[in-house]
Amino acid sequence: MADSHDNSLIESAARAYDAGQSDLNSERMILNMGPQHPSTHGVLRLVLELDGEEIVDAHPDIGYLHRGDEKIAENMTYTQFIPYTDRLDYLAPLANNVAYAYAVEKLCNIQVPPRCQYIRVISCELARISSHLLGLGAFGMDTGAMTIFLYTFQEREKIYDLCECLTGARFTTSYTRIGGLAHDMPPEFLPLLRKFIAEFPKTLEEVNKLLTRNKIFLDRTREVGVLSKKDALDLGVTGPILRASGVDYDVRKAHPYGGYENFDFEVPLGTVGDAYDRYLVRMEEMRQSLSILQQAVERLPEGSIYAPESRFILPPKEQVLTRMEQLINHFMQVTTGIPAPVGSVYFGAENPKGELGFYIISKGGGSPHRLKIRGPSFVNLQAVPVMAKGHLISDMVAILASLDFVMGECDR
Amino acid sequence: MTLYEILPQLYQKFSGQIPEASEFRGEYTCTVPATLIKTVCSYLKESFAFDLLLDLSGVDNYGQEPRFSVDYLLYSISHKIHLRLICLLPEENPEIDSVTSVWATANWHEREAWDMYGIRFLDHPNLKRILMWEGYPYHPLRKDFPLAGLPADLPDTAVDAGKVNESPMHGGPFITSTGSPHSHAREPRQHHTLAELIIKQKKSQKTEQD
Repeated sequence: MADSHDNSLIESAARAYDAGQSDLNSERMILNMGPQHPSTHGVLRLVLELDGEEIVDAHPDIGYLHRGDEKIAENMTYTQFIPYTDRLDYLAPLANNVAYAYAVEKLCNIQVPPRCQYIRVISCELARISSHLLGLGAFGMDTGAMTIFLYTFQEREKIYDLCECLTGARFTTSYTRIGGLAHDMPPEFLPLLRKFIAEFPKTLEEVNKLLTRNKIFLDRTREVGVLSKKDALDLGVTGPILRASGVDYDVRKAHPYGGYENFDFEVPLGTVGDAYDRYLVRMEEMRQSLSILQQAVERLPEGSIYAPESRFILPPKEQVLTRMEQLINHFMQVTTGIPAPVGSVYFGAENPKGELGFYIISKGGGSPHRLKIRGPSFVNLQAVPVMAKGHLISDMVAILASLDFVMGECDR
Repeated sequence: MTLYEILPQLYQKFSGQIPEASEFRGEYTCTVPATLIKTVCSYLKESFAFDLLLDLSGVDNYGQEPRFSVDYLLYSISHKIHLRLICLLPEENPEIDSVTSVWATANWHEREAWDMYGIRFLDHPNLKRILMWEGYPYHPLRKDFPLAGLPADLPDTAVDAGKVNESPMHGGPFITSTGSPHSHAREPRQHHTLAELIIKQKKSQKTEQD
């Protein structure tokens, strides 16, 4: 896999390793990178051990954005926690909303109707494109291609407009509800989405032309931060990083949820597992997401967006005002939360950054006993020391950009 | 291969020590004695290709004994099977073998469980706090820790991540020594806290006045 490494790199890595073995520790320098650094994309701090400009070891230091989301979740109802999920991977809030809703619905054994599933698929794929666009723009900028950032941010702006139209908020969407959505999609949304689907491939193609065969970009990313298949599995990384290392695991294909089994799409895989492969995988994922969006728009079913289980869904307002039992139902759901059964479930969703999992332990009642969030960035960042060893500091920037992590879901 | 084929073999291998798995919403959960966890995990990984440790989380069942549990979620990519293992741990001195030698990904998960619940993982390569800072006195996800938090000192700002405690360049060439007490006093490595810096400055002012 990584046989075609540049020989000089291997030599320097060996030298760096030898230096670490001997007593010549004085040759090493400690460099503190972050938590305030433009290429650590948030508040990641890295303590690098250097031999000259080569990285001998890297120690990621996380926790600067720790807000105690899991503790907060134990102290509020399931519905109240939805806005907190916006702030996990804050570059793809819609996808987090959807993953959380499906997790609680799995616990309560609720099946949402097809129209709700389709709107959720549209939300997820929009979030994926938006997240990858930011990742890509930052990747370009970190490796010296400033223009990409401007191209991708223009498209992201359109996705934000779509989010605003769909949910009423550009950033903190909080769109899903347990057993449904906050509200159905407005009539203006579909034409806007169609317009986006028609226009987006042009920009993607422009980015493709600017980067994919760009000599500087290739030099900065090929054979950089190689993660072998074995290491990737051992380190538990998921998402585009795992697939760039050649492991065919996409939750949407392996365990289709929310109607993903009805969509026709490919899962791109890498062969080398370097930063360039991760870039290629994300580029292809955006094309696939676009195809999923297209299919969803064409086949969007009519009907209700709420599951039929009335004990879990807030009743319509006019019924609350006219019917006693619905008034009680509404009152109980708002004050004590939904009547969740006793049990524990894990639900993993394929988010832009990897598998976002919610592990809910319920002892009954309206709030979870334990809600563990398996943030993909938390797990993926563990791979940094393995990827960085033997590379230069400037490669570190490319490696971090290719990981495309978000500290919100890493520190929770 | 399905769980219906795997589970009987697991029970047989650890004869009588693993009670039958329970099922909820299609997910299977096995309660494993804490002393066996490493053996069970490596057996499952070697024999049934559970190559991914998706999640590891601590749980606090406050008021019950055993109070703590560590929940492992194993996944096999080739068989597409999830399996959850649960190890119950006592309130007094919760300890369990680390599975970092089976899956490297357990490293940070176990650090988090230690940080949040005070569950000690034996033979862990670097069992330090991960989300809270080193030296923080509580384990905040325990049920007896209040939501509002408890007061605690802020950490020292010196470099302390990983195994790096003190820079080998401590007092090295990057410290300016132009003779001016001011520029010298500005160098953070010479003083650990701002308070020390101020005391030192005041002292030097006093000597100047004298």
